[in-house]
Amino acid sequence: MVTKEAVQLHTPLGEEVLALRAGDHVELSGIVYTARDEAHLRMQKDGIPFDPKGAVIYHCGPVIRGTTIVAAGPTTSARMNALSGFLFEKGVRALIGKGGMGPAVREQLRGKGVYFAFTGGCAALAASHMKLSGEFFPELGMAEAVWAIELDRLPLVVGIDSMGNDLFSDVEKQTRAAAGAGPAGNCTDK
Amino acid sequence: MQTPKHSPFYKALASATLEAYRSAVIRLPPDVLAVIRKAAAAETNEVANGEFANILANIETAERLGVPLCQDTGVPVIYLTIPDNVPLTQEIYDAVAEGVRRATEAIPLRPNVVDPLTRHNTGNNTGAGMPAVHVRPGDRLTVTVLPKGAGAENVSRVVMLLPSQKDTIKNVITETMLIAGGRPCPPVILGVGIGGTFDQAAALAKEALLEPVDAMTAFEQQLCDAVNILGIGPMGLGGNTTALAVKVKTAACHTASLPVAINVQCWANRHATVEVKW
Repeated sequence: MVTKEAVQLHTPLGEEVLALRAGDHVELSGIVYTARDEAHLRMQKDGIPFDPKGAVIYHCGPVIRGTTIVAAGPTTSARMNALSGFLFEKGVRALIGKGGMGPAVREQLRGKGVYFAFTGGCAALAASHMKLSGEFFPELGMAEAVWAIELDRLPLVVGIDSMGNDLFSDVEKQTRAAAGAGPAGNCTDK
Repeated sequence: MQTPKHSPFYKALASATLEAYRSAVIRLPPDVLAVIRKAAAAETNEVANGEFANILANIETAERLGVPLCQDTGVPVIYLTIPDNVPLTQEIYDAVAEGVRRATEAIPLRPNVVDPLTRHNTGNNTGAGMPAVHVRPGDRLTVTVLPKGAGAENVSRVVMLLPSQKDTIKNVITETMLIAGGRPCPPVILGVGIGGTFDQAAALAKEALLEPVDAMTAFEQQLCDAVNILGIGPMGLGGNTTALAVKVKTAACHTASLPVAINVQCWANRHATVEVKW
């Protein structure tokens, strides 16, 4: 059903991400690192425990049993809106999550990297494209620790590109127009 | 009165709870699967088609590998039907909680249940008032598990309308989805409770999620169409399908009130029922 050919990418990522455009389908391979709220706070304080140059951060709190990834779909990225800036300064090239991110992150990605959307709820599919490769900050617990995960062609879509194009904010504008509502104001909680 | 802790009844109810949990988190009910397939076939937005392809592949993968569809295996919401010859005792609640703890280990489930203020995680998906157990009379003893994830639950609402605002129910529902956007993992199923009291409306909204979603009344279809006009689409990336179904349950209410509750549910409308035999 996907009509456009998916772009094949492998981590660590470089300038090739700058050519991606919002709406492009991508299959991503190579190591990515999970991080949620607690891991972001910890990395800001104690530093990034892996080489951030060209790295990809996955907003995910997986179910892990032993060394097996059982289920590992994306979590809501917006919770990390105010926590992500330092990552791009250190060389991180992409984020993976669901639901999109705020205007600040859209600006931080400009000329540097992209935000990939992976389908929410698709944890079994995700796990079938993954192998566990390592763990940092195990004391944060299963959901909040940083897991190094090797991807094999995980199917993603570019949600925000490095030119400031943002599928989520485009859809939100259309949605508000369709509902006859004004611009986002007191009824949203961004 | 002291009931032996591991009576055959206790064990059977705990095991049935575990089995219903396992079934619920791994495979979707046939009616839910049918509306997802139907929506996927009708979707014309290219990005949305990619999202549906992932959703359908995920459903197939979870079933084949026997693993949870989503890593957010939710909090345990349990519905029991109890026949006349089974007394409603503490043992029933204890056995269901035991089933939840065993399910957390055996399936496995992500430990999601925490104290609301200290945020301490119990590690076994039980805690004060959790599992949430709802009981009603029935011909057979059955346990239904509805694992509720946070993404969709967090954008659910109760609104106390005035009787004169009856015609704005549709607007309340579209406004709920406007606020929610892509966060509840659309395409969603909306359980709507209308009437009763403040708390009853919310309970009805959740129970509505257990109703068959492959058939809608004219009123439900109208509400569903109103949501789909928004164009939020799968995961908030745009598309024709924002809601797969809207299900409404009503209860009589005060002449001066019109409670309306919307329980938002992601596309994975997980629930399963097992009969308890002992």
